[in-house]
Amino acid sequence: MRFVLRSREPRWLPAAAAGLAIVATLALTAGPIRLAGAAPVSAFERYVVTPLTTGNGIAEVLLAATPLLFTGLAVAIAFRVGYYNIGAEGQFLAGAMATTAVALALPDLPTAAALPLALVGGAFGGVAWAFLPAFLRRRAGIDEVVTTLLLNPVAVLLLQGLLNGPWRNPDTGFPDSATFADGYRLPALFGSRVHAGLLVGLVLVAVTAVVLRATPLGVRLRAAGQSPAAAEFSGVKVGLLQWRSALVSGGLAGLGGASQVLGVQHQLTGSLAAGYGYTGVVVATLGGLSAVGVLAVALLLGDVQVGAQGASIALQLPSQMGGVLTSVLLLTVVAALSVRHYRLVRRSPRAVGG
Amino acid sequence: MTSGAAPLVELRGITKRFGSLLANDAIDLSVDAGQVLALLGENGAGKSTLTRILYGLSRADAGEIRIAGQPVTMTSPADALAAGIGMVTQEFTLVGPMTVTENLMLAGSPLGRIDRKAARARVLAASQRLGVPVDPDAVVERLSVGERQRVEILKALLGDCRLLVLDEPTAVLVPADVDLLFASIRRLTADGMAVVFISHKLHEVVDLADRIGVLRRGRLVADLPAEGLDPVAIAALMVGAAGPADAELPDDVVDEALATAVGLDGAAPSATAAPVDRARPAALEVSGLTLAGDPRPRLDDVSLTVRAGEIVGVAGVSGNGQTELVAALCGTTPATAGTVHVGGAEVTGLDVAARLKAGLGRLTEDRRGSVVLGMSVEQNLVLEDLDRFRTGPFLSRRRVRAHAEALIERFDIRAAPGDPIRSLSGGNMQKVLLARALERDPTVLVASQPTRGLDVGACQYVYTQLRALRDAGSGVLLVSEDLDELIGIADRIVVLSGGRLVGEVAAADATREALGVLMTGSREYAA
Repeated sequence: MRFVLRSREPRWLPAAAAGLAIVATLALTAGPIRLAGAAPVSAFERYVVTPLTTGNGIAEVLLAATPLLFTGLAVAIAFRVGYYNIGAEGQFLAGAMATTAVALALPDLPTAAALPLALVGGAFGGVAWAFLPAFLRRRAGIDEVVTTLLLNPVAVLLLQGLLNGPWRNPDTGFPDSATFADGYRLPALFGSRVHAGLLVGLVLVAVTAVVLRATPLGVRLRAAGQSPAAAEFSGVKVGLLQWRSALVSGGLAGLGGASQVLGVQHQLTGSLAAGYGYTGVVVATLGGLSAVGVLAVALLLGDVQVGAQGASIALQLPSQMGGVLTSVLLLTVVAALSVRHYRLVRRSPRAVGG
Repeated sequence: MTSGAAPLVELRGITKRFGSLLANDAIDLSVDAGQVLALLGENGAGKSTLTRILYGLSRADAGEIRIAGQPVTMTSPADALAAGIGMVTQEFTLVGPMTVTENLMLAGSPLGRIDRKAARARVLAASQRLGVPVDPDAVVERLSVGERQRVEILKALLGDCRLLVLDEPTAVLVPADVDLLFASIRRLTADGMAVVFISHKLHEVVDLADRIGVLRRGRLVADLPAEGLDPVAIAALMVGAAGPADAELPDDVVDEALATAVGLDGAAPSATAAPVDRARPAALEVSGLTLAGDPRPRLDDVSLTVRAGEIVGVAGVSGNGQTELVAALCGTTPATAGTVHVGGAEVTGLDVAARLKAGLGRLTEDRRGSVVLGMSVEQNLVLEDLDRFRTGPFLSRRRVRAHAEALIERFDIRAAPGDPIRSLSGGNMQKVLLARALERDPTVLVASQPTRGLDVGACQYVYTQLRALRDAGSGVLLVSEDLDELIGIADRIVVLSGGRLVGEVAAADATREALGVLMTGSREYAA
């Protein structure tokens, strides 16, 4: 048996690959769930189905998916053009810090001015954090994977430094910022914890989907990512596209950070460094670097995240089991995506000379 | 063929299938000691498949290989070497930074202590057998292509080699090196070695071969003694009565293809060309173009003019600045000094997109590097002109599709607009690139090796398009390593050597020999 590269992909193949990945994920995680003392089938039901059975559950899923929309889109846009931005985590935090700076500096602004200013500030924070790696890549050809990744812990340390220093809560003395003024609250939706950040995220998903699918820019981005040399040959300015996409990517991640502090926490806390940016890489990859894929996967991961909290209470499963589930899913999907380019061929019988 | 004794190597009923393609169909072929067998055929006729099977790189679905009458199993090149079969493929497999001796030691190295002295002596002995001196201590990456090929042949000879397989050995060589290679082959066969020789060039084959086998679409359609053969008949066998596989061409084109393939009227096409009027405007004007390099410039003060309505050929041995010239003209590599004008407008500092707009068309040797393989035929067709197909901010799928369908029709591309371009054959991919370049009515087309790797039918198609472009009043700069092609289609030929232009001849006066002297006679090429 050996693998042979396919020249054409049948239509059913991507769907079959995704289905195979899901089946493999269920099979692989059944063992650990059983070891943790729960029945796999009821556990899977808790993870995926239960959160969607109540209105409150659905709201929590939407809430959990919101930051992943931003970071997933940020990573997808960068990866598309072949700029491997692993720094959405740092850019997300930089956006949150920039928003906080605005909120703390101008507490008296009315909502109509405060929210746009804080959101734009957050986007600029993300852009600022993405600037240096993108600049180094463009001017000196320095690999962005390393620089964007290494700036993430720098952002975490900056966050902790600010919270333990100038932004320490004046009332409680805890390492959290003061609560933002009322003008800096994203409005809640459906009377739940879901906030207007979700709408911003959905608009961005729609805009990104249209740009990638239906504009010349989308075709150029794809060409630049798939074959930089051929794209350059055809007059596509690959370096420039990567540079701009890197900054847009940082801006989107920063906007995600702004949405999270303005919509959920209403203050800056250390708990914000919860890996939203890293999960964004998972979301983008699982979503096939498409905007709609990012939306679907963000919702799925939000679902599993909420389900994992429920499962830890109802089935006494460790809450990390949700992470195990999504991580295994990532591995199986990536494996399925690469295997689908090949077909398995039975080695032909030895014919020559018997 | 000898009677009685079994042939040195005998192939019986070799069959190999790739999916629905029958690459080799029950091929029976044999070679005797001391014989040169030439294998001829269009691209995709099955020559390479057959030799790969013979060398153990690929396995036949059916059939057997006999050596001196004994059936053998060939599962890897090691088996082939053990059976006395050596092969030199088109891609060399030498380690650049190592010396000749070290490279040869790698090939046959047993475990244990390395005996450099003995290895060096073996290299010298083998090069004596070849009849061409090879410096055992030379570093491979500093050798010329011809010298590297000699090292490859030495590598194949090192074992107890009785049959040497050469896959298009002359494709990369200058005429002088071809002569040396043929002398070596004659020397080896005089010693009793058998040689299987793949080539596209009939006149070479007539010189060298004792027997000629012609493959077409996987089948052996002729197996004849070379003496007194009729080249036109052989060419007809190669392409088949029904015309080349890749394109259904009118009869006169096929006749022309046959004539070109046998080198009978190679110069005839240019005779039809009108003498170029010096007063015509310059389509492309290159002045003092220089590209710095270490230790010497890769392009050195290159100046040339292509006038509207003429084809200027650039001859040269591979690696003498052609790639750099094309890259500097296309704008993918910025030149260190000099200017480039297209249709009178300076494009020197401009990027690719601006050069395209100025009227520059390109057709490069690297077809697969000129298209985005992951995209469809239609997307590749419009990639250079996306903004032309915009409705408001959006790309109009309908207009892209219509444009692609029109080009597919006009250029006879055998594909649907939505097909992945990766699935196209070389000839069809070249048609896509031609369509993309010509559709813009370029002032000047820079074409680099536009027919490399294409079969006779597809080559003729490219020539027809280039001539039509010239006759329509555009300039063409044709960079090629195939002298017959240049002499056949260009109006003037300039010669590039060591990054400098070393000469210019009118195509009507050009001969392979004269060009060969120019190509090799400069300060650069001292083998």
